[in-house]
Amino acid sequence: METSNEATRKVPAMTATPAETTMHTGAWDGFKGGLWRDAIDVRDFIQRNYTPYEGDAAFLAGPTERTTAVWNSLTDKFPQEREKGVYDVAYDIPSTITAHAPGYVDRDKDLIVGLQTDAPLKRAIMPNGGWRMVAGALDTYGYPVSEELEKVFTEYRKTHNAGVFDAYTPEIRAARKAGVITGLPDAYGRGRIIGDYRRVALYGVDRLIAAKKEEKDELNAFPAGGRSLEETIRLREELAEQIRALAELKAMAASYGHDISGPAGTGREAIQWLYFAYLAAVKEQNGAAMSLGRTSTFVDIYLQRDIEAGLLTEEAAQELVDDFIVKLRIVRFLRTPEYDALFSGDPTWVTESIAGMGEDGRPLVTRTSFRYLQTLYNLGPAPEPNMTVFWSPRLPQGFKEFCARVSIDTSSVQYESDELMRPRFGDDTAIACCVSAMPVGKQMQFFGARVNLAKTLLYAINGGRDEQSGAQVGPRTPAPSPGVLDYDEVMERFDAQMEWLAETYVHALNVIHYMHDRYAYERIEMALHDRDVRRTMACGIAGLSVAADSLSAIKHAEVTAVRDETGLATDYVVEGDYPAYGNNDDRVDAIAVGLVEEFMRKIRKHETYRGAEHTQSVLTITSNVVYGKKTGNTPDGRRAGEPFSPGANPMNGRDTHGYVTSALSVAKLPYEDAEDGISLTNTVTPDGLGRTPEERIRNLAGVLDGYMAVDGFHMNVNVLNRDTLMDAMEHPEKYPQLTIRVSGYAVNFVRLTRDQQLDVLNRTFHGSL
Amino acid sequence: MTVLFGTSLPVGPADAATAPASCGRTPAAAVTQRPSEGSVHSWDLSTGVDGPGTRFVTFLAGCPLTCLYCHNPDTMRMRSGTRTSADDVIAEARKYTRFISASGGGATVSGGEPLLQPVFAGELLHRMKHELGLHTALDTSGFLGARATDALLRDVDLVLLDIKSWDRDTYRHVTGRPLEPTLDFARRLADLGKEVHLRFVLVPGLTDARENVDGVAAFAAGLGNITRVDVLPFHKLGESKWDALGMPFTLHGTPSPSARQVADAKAVFASRGLRAV
Repeated sequence: METSNEATRKVPAMTATPAETTMHTGAWDGFKGGLWRDAIDVRDFIQRNYTPYEGDAAFLAGPTERTTAVWNSLTDKFPQEREKGVYDVAYDIPSTITAHAPGYVDRDKDLIVGLQTDAPLKRAIMPNGGWRMVAGALDTYGYPVSEELEKVFTEYRKTHNAGVFDAYTPEIRAARKAGVITGLPDAYGRGRIIGDYRRVALYGVDRLIAAKKEEKDELNAFPAGGRSLEETIRLREELAEQIRALAELKAMAASYGHDISGPAGTGREAIQWLYFAYLAAVKEQNGAAMSLGRTSTFVDIYLQRDIEAGLLTEEAAQELVDDFIVKLRIVRFLRTPEYDALFSGDPTWVTESIAGMGEDGRPLVTRTSFRYLQTLYNLGPAPEPNMTVFWSPRLPQGFKEFCARVSIDTSSVQYESDELMRPRFGDDTAIACCVSAMPVGKQMQFFGARVNLAKTLLYAINGGRDEQSGAQVGPRTPAPSPGVLDYDEVMERFDAQMEWLAETYVHALNVIHYMHDRYAYERIEMALHDRDVRRTMACGIAGLSVAADSLSAIKHAEVTAVRDETGLATDYVVEGDYPAYGNNDDRVDAIAVGLVEEFMRKIRKHETYRGAEHTQSVLTITSNVVYGKKTGNTPDGRRAGEPFSPGANPMNGRDTHGYVTSALSVAKLPYEDAEDGISLTNTVTPDGLGRTPEERIRNLAGVLDGYMAVDGFHMNVNVLNRDTLMDAMEHPEKYPQLTIRVSGYAVNFVRLTRDQQLDVLNRTFHGSL
Repeated sequence: MTVLFGTSLPVGPADAATAPASCGRTPAAAVTQRPSEGSVHSWDLSTGVDGPGTRFVTFLAGCPLTCLYCHNPDTMRMRSGTRTSADDVIAEARKYTRFISASGGGATVSGGEPLLQPVFAGELLHRMKHELGLHTALDTSGFLGARATDALLRDVDLVLLDIKSWDRDTYRHVTGRPLEPTLDFARRLADLGKEVHLRFVLVPGLTDARENVDGVAAFAAGLGNITRVDVLPFHKLGESKWDALGMPFTLHGTPSPSARQVADAKAVFASRGLRAV
């Protein structure tokens, strides 16, 4: 301990448990000093104080009786929730940070307290995003729709959704209706903003309020610091909202008997403070993805200090982590059936980013990194929180093998390349949602869902007309010459359609995010960011493999369009062979790479709201099923309505040389032109990894090393038998916790729609034969 | 519509082909040739089933044995393969070397029976090892072990050797060939100190007699170079391939061994001090 810590000792340790306060004279006692004491700098705190752990999993503790009892009391409620769609809804209170009375899973047993509403699994309404969605959801699930609230949110208080539709152009509406641009966050919360919830634990709320006030005072001039007048005013208003939200956070914690105005003094408090901050966010925002950040190594510093001081045993430390994870598992949002069709399985994307390497070469793996993953054993497999390991071939072997073991046993972990992210974003980066990297508290994104590239290709063949409705949606380009389709001619038309699509798409996103900032601003999440954040405009593409294979067919085989009486191409005759994406064959992989590069180039041409930097993802989540439904026959031989492959995956069954070959095609997609992430989902049978448990573990770790070595970005790993999934479709009651990873996230298999279950089942199972 | 997957190892000019060694040739005759082509059934990437880690596996076409339970009967005939140059195989494998090296895998030359084309197999192994720097494995029944030159074996880090039965009659019944050449090859590998993983396919009613299993185990234990024994449970997943080829599959009625039967067989190997998985 450094002598300069004297000053920090004066910070009063505010805790609810008097017994614990006596153990530390100051909340920061024992921590090494540094920049973090004088400025808000969590990374600096972590770097100076964490203890890397390079051993294996032998130290871990199982669940306590208390943990099992608490978890069982919740799982008992899941069948009813699954049956009805929701367990309960607080239908008459628009949720804010402080709107709901305190709630508990079990008041006597909860170690970490706090729920979104006053009871577990009871969902809140958050009308700022849009009233129609709230009313629609209440109606679906049989709850009364309050006339008074309806009046408030339709007459007196404008919503995000209403604002967006005021400003949308006819062109955007047409593209949206046709499903060539789809899944836009114009009727639901955009999410994908990660507050640095750790700040609350490290500094306490008062210090954070003071820092925000300072940030605001720097903007007392109009306009201030090179900003436009409008930007200055907007920022001042936002900072005021942030300060207000921080005060509400403190009040919410106080309702649970905790004073979080000062820093957390113990491991339990650190988790509790951090969780309160996250809870405030999910009480107020129904964002598509409400990710947690990168908390395990931060929390470890506190747990380690308590363990060294003799205050905690391993079992007690694990129990705290388990209880925290229990809370994250029961985050719920009220959503409509249309939303569920797009993002199936009730996902919340409470993504937690684990491990990775530090910029100084030390692994960011701690015992608590192991403890987080251990919850998948102590509580059983689960889709949430979305456990995301930042993988590097340089991670300690003991950790790698534990990850591989957890994947093989639970199929609940995804992996992203630390080697691609660290050089771009630094070593305090976290994933929002599935594959979107951002330095915590320093960068946020404007989530933009995705466009349907396969459909756009059909527009090229149909002169901008939609192949299903016949309506003119895209620009009127001349139809390609009759007879066998000419590759260059189709590409020229495709280029024009993509040009139009990119422009329409960016305009739609500008409207959405302007309105979201205005009517559904993320007060508490942004209060836990630096004032001057980097923003990205996160575009995305779906149907990449269908588009690439279709173009490959046109180029390498002979494709003739079958046209109806109006000249609309409704089907294709393919003669000859063509190389398919997913076989590590450059003849077609280069087409896929070219599409990613070209669409990014087109996106970059357009001005963005608040100067956001353009990025894109190759990710679908489960929406590949819905996109497929909305897309007609394609020149690759895919039939109308058939699902697309998820994310950047090759089409089902066309990757014939095993999952490694398939992965190598995907690894060619350039991360620099898809910095919002490239998602690959692999499903292997246990036998496909080796014959003994030990060698399966070693081999899976090797596969991940190999994939990252060839610049692969993301891999979802499912280790499953087909028979298990088939049995689960017929007997869901036997598999309440069966978890599988889909593009970028994980779901309870039994909560997927039947279409999606079949899609997963039909997707290439890479076995040993 | 048919779809061509991958580059599928393009066929070289037919007149450049040198006929691969046939069963009747002697190893000495074969070694004087350097055929740039062989008959290749297919290639694949596999993990944990064709040697350690993730491997580039080249399946050569043609096999002198006609095992009753063969799960790749489509590789039995050499003419069913595609004439492929070693250059093309190496070029395909080269695409995977970064991945394989990082993942701790290698390259396996399998079949069919790779030693039916010893010069081509040797060239592949040599180039996999020295040009691409990969760990190499040879997957063989050992029946044509005499065709493997010492030079070829120097390019092999690991041999995956099938001993299909200890009982001579059973071996002949199952494979259509005698056992002795395989045992000779196994002894030679032991003399060379070459690492070997032994494979034994457990077929109920055919190879699972205790004395049969123990015969293989005793022999293997005496060699001193067997670092692992894979007891592979018989399965019928290749059955449809037999039907498709119009070849009679005679084990329709044979069940897969139970977990208990597999465990018993492993125990026999273990009792001889071998690591059986």
